[in-house]
Amino acid sequence: MVEFRMPSLGSDMEAGTLVEWLVKPGDRVKRGDIVAVIETQKGAIEIETFQPGQIEQILVEVHTKVPVGTPLALIRTEGEAKSGAAVVSRPPPPAAPRAAAPLRVPAAPSLPPVAPSAAAPLRVSPAARRLAQERGVDLSAVTGSGPAGTITYADVERRLAAAVAAPEKKRAPWLDLEAMRAAIAAAMARSKREIPHYYLEHQVDVTACEQWLTQKNATLPPDNRVLIGALAIKAAALAARRFPAFNGFYRDNKFEPAQAVHIGVAIAIRGGGLAAPALHDADQLALDELMSQLRDLVQRTRTGRIRSSEISDPTLTVSSLGERGVEALYGIIYPPQVAIIGFGKTVLRPWVVDGAIGPRSVITITLSADHRVSDGHAGALFLAEIGRLLQEPNKL
Amino acid sequence: MTAPAAAAAPADEPRLSREHMLDLLKQMIRIRRFEDKCYELYTQEKIRGFMHLYDGEEAIAVGIIPVLDKRDRIVATYREHGQALVRGVPMTTIMAEMYGKQEGCSRGRGGSMHLFDRATNFYGGNAIVGGGLPLSIGLALADHMRRNDIVTACFFGEGAVAEGEFHESMNLAALWELPVLFVCENNLYAMGTALTISESETDIERKAACYRIASEAVDGMDVIAVEAAARRAVHSVRDTGKPYFLECRTYRLRAHSMFDAQLYRDRAEVETWRQKGPIARLLDRMQTNQVLDPEDGSRIDAEVDAEIAEAVAFAEAGTWEPVEQLTRFTYAESAIPADR
Amino acid sequence: MQQATVQSTTIETTYREAVREAIRDAIKRDKRVFLMGEDVGRYGGCYAVTKGLLVELGPEKIRDTPLSESGFTGAGIGAAIAGMRPIVELMTVNFSLLALDQILNTAATVRHMSGNQCGVPLVIRMATGAGRQLAAQHSHSLEGWYAHIAGIKVLAPATLEDARGMLWTALEDPDPVLIFENVMLYNMIGKLAGDAGPVDIDKAAVRRPGRDVSLITYGGSLWKTLDAATALAAEGIEAEVVDLRSLRPLDDATIMTSVAKTRRAVIVDEGWRSGSLAAEVGMRIVEQAFYSLDAPIGRVCSEEVPIPYPKHLEEAAIPQTPKIIAAAKAALGRL
Repeated sequence: MVEFRMPSLGSDMEAGTLVEWLVKPGDRVKRGDIVAVIETQKGAIEIETFQPGQIEQILVEVHTKVPVGTPLALIRTEGEAKSGAAVVSRPPPPAAPRAAAPLRVPAAPSLPPVAPSAAAPLRVSPAARRLAQERGVDLSAVTGSGPAGTITYADVERRLAAAVAAPEKKRAPWLDLEAMRAAIAAAMARSKREIPHYYLEHQVDVTACEQWLTQKNATLPPDNRVLIGALAIKAAALAARRFPAFNGFYRDNKFEPAQAVHIGVAIAIRGGGLAAPALHDADQLALDELMSQLRDLVQRTRTGRIRSSEISDPTLTVSSLGERGVEALYGIIYPPQVAIIGFGKTVLRPWVVDGAIGPRSVITITLSADHRVSDGHAGALFLAEIGRLLQEPNKL
Repeated sequence: MTAPAAAAAPADEPRLSREHMLDLLKQMIRIRRFEDKCYELYTQEKIRGFMHLYDGEEAIAVGIIPVLDKRDRIVATYREHGQALVRGVPMTTIMAEMYGKQEGCSRGRGGSMHLFDRATNFYGGNAIVGGGLPLSIGLALADHMRRNDIVTACFFGEGAVAEGEFHESMNLAALWELPVLFVCENNLYAMGTALTISESETDIERKAACYRIASEAVDGMDVIAVEAAARRAVHSVRDTGKPYFLECRTYRLRAHSMFDAQLYRDRAEVETWRQKGPIARLLDRMQTNQVLDPEDGSRIDAEVDAEIAEAVAFAEAGTWEPVEQLTRFTYAESAIPADR
Repeated sequence: MQQATVQSTTIETTYREAVREAIRDAIKRDKRVFLMGEDVGRYGGCYAVTKGLLVELGPEKIRDTPLSESGFTGAGIGAAIAGMRPIVELMTVNFSLLALDQILNTAATVRHMSGNQCGVPLVIRMATGAGRQLAAQHSHSLEGWYAHIAGIKVLAPATLEDARGMLWTALEDPDPVLIFENVMLYNMIGKLAGDAGPVDIDKAAVRRPGRDVSLITYGGSLWKTLDAATALAAEGIEAEVVDLRSLRPLDDATIMTSVAKTRRAVIVDEGWRSGSLAAEVGMRIVEQAFYSLDAPIGRVCSEEVPIPYPKHLEEAAIPQTPKIIAAAKAALGRL
């Protein structure tokens, strides 16, 4: 049995409508006989069979529109096969040259960009170049993230924001102090120029934290002991979730709250350097894990093995001067972030607890925040939340 | 070059031997069945694009082309399967070309409308109506300048007669005395436009006189007559070095191309012409002259069908040119690259 | 044979005469070469390029044709396929449009359509450009249009050396080559080496080295651009002038080397601005030398108007030296 299909009569013919059958089941047909009339966009056209035989069954009725290739009727072939291609029992399905020769056109051979014969020049986009010029950024200290290492506008921005340039592989000593200080200077100057800072301070009783830590750390080897800094970071991170106005970036004249909370941890580097790489998703880390990552971060920062994403990702920075520091620290926001939290050193103070005066461990927490994004009321609530969280260290 | 007046040499008389007529018959049937197979393959989407079939006009290619020498040149139109087959372009490579395979005579790059074969001096396969005429003039000009004894036969339809290039070419051929045989295949329709509504002078042969070109009109359905006229024409061109215009009056039994509802002509008209088609005519004559044997028909059919089957198999087995080669053959692959 | 001296002999001649000598030389050297076109013989050529050649070389080699652009261009194509090396002279680019079908649909396509069996080693010469108040139908600069066509090559000789030397190389090329001679150059006088011969047809040339801006141009605009460069130098701006010479293929390497050096580019092109060859060159610079740029790419083209008849309007319509100077300064941020 052979299928008689709707023929293709032109590249732009997609379908045809059966208008009239000129044969019926039982009729004998030979090659070339007109068997039906179809209607197309060009008019009515008679269609012929290439298969001789007997009409067995009509598959498509008149007034039906069907696509090219649809079986229209079945033809029962003669018992004796004829020579030649006419014997093919089923017209071969349309070849799929598209699979064999996909319509991909190879990219036009393009000449590689011609550079002057000197050593590979810096590739800087026009936008980046202009920004660098305006802000006084040394392009040779910027790593490019654009095509083929091109320095883009965003790369220059990051350089401005970060306190340290990502170390370039070709520099032998990993810390170029001069470059780092220059970058910090540029970033801090810009911050002071552009961000209207307001400052709040809050004194928090951290006795509960200390007691909890003593207990927890009793059974832990020194390398795994949790420090109060970890509690501080966790509390700040959790509070940031509740107060998104302090967690994000101010860019293009608007604030973009960040989806995640990546706490930038200010870390001093021997020799006078300073970095604030990110602890990613600090609000979701279990305390032990946070501590472990913090340790790792500090160690890597101090040995120059920090990743560029760690430099560029912080959504909120926490700075602590540790036990050598002072009671309160008022930080300068790292643009494009919108807040920085400072933790002073733990001080034993006379405190009023349950109506009586007694010694308590107290830390002064400060908030420097971008007044374009938040105001004192929100800031106060934010700090208060941190203080509240620190009262229940077991829940951090 | 001067030439004696060409008397009707014995070679110009119609050749009516059984052998010769069988050969003519087979050649025409070969074309007819090839075209038929192409039609079938097109409906199965093996052949795509535009395709124009020669049904009804076979006598012209079969009557004229064998009269030419191997060194002579042929320029044809997009309805050129018949000419290519008779000329000796292998059927296998023609079919592969229709499929678009790289084993085709034009590497698959041209398709149905652009069959080229340098080995048989077959210069296309030209799809612009009238576009092949200036090309023919040029080929003939080169031969004229180099004193080659070569004839360029240029096939075109009566529709081309409306194009400016027809007139420019006729004029140049006559003015410069170029060895061109202009063959006008007048099938009465330029696509869907009848001759009667597109030409002020529908007697095409008369146009040649305006350019002082020797001419003749012949019944294009009678292969014997066409052949005799072709001999006169080719001798004239070779002897005088001047152009000749041969109008062959014929009819296209199929539509202009595949996708054509033929709204511009009656079915009855087509049927009338089918009865007078060239194959029927020759069969009739052979029967009258009692030179047709009962097995001739089936033997020819079997031979032709076998050749066609082989050609289809060749095309089916053919390969697609790799896409990476896309930009090749735009320029010669020589020292000066130009496709930057 | 004289010994080569420190200074080889030079002759003073015109662009027109250089073209004539190129044609004469080619026909004498290679018997496949012949020239055909309107009024090339008895009239001596519309721009007097072929004056005297009919008498010297004979009517087989210098063929007058009827007014049949399509017919004789197609004839040139056919003759080339059959082994000749014809030079078709289309009187001007304005009339070439009548032969556009033969150029685009036959000359440019035959090699490809035939699967590399037939090439067309044809040369077509045409005059081009505005400046003689010949009005809208006789003043086109369509070189950029032709340079769009895959399958042909397009040249624009702007110097005497190129007018003299490009023809032979083009005749040797196995593919169709179009040579555009700007009408304003025919009378140009200059010095040419006595033994000037064939030159390459695929490289651009730095006509004037500089470091502040690349002025990229071709054909008739070259000399206006060189004048602009001289004027700019007086103001301390050193412009590098690049003569494209070949419009298809474009010599990307020379262009990009220049732009990498100067970091600024202005393209001078007598075609209409929209969709001009200047747009193509500009885009290639963006693709290949983006990071070298200090300023947006500029261009000086013809205004979007059919070329007008009155002199002052015609001058305003096509590129002129003051506009080129202004564009160069704009690229440098100086106005």
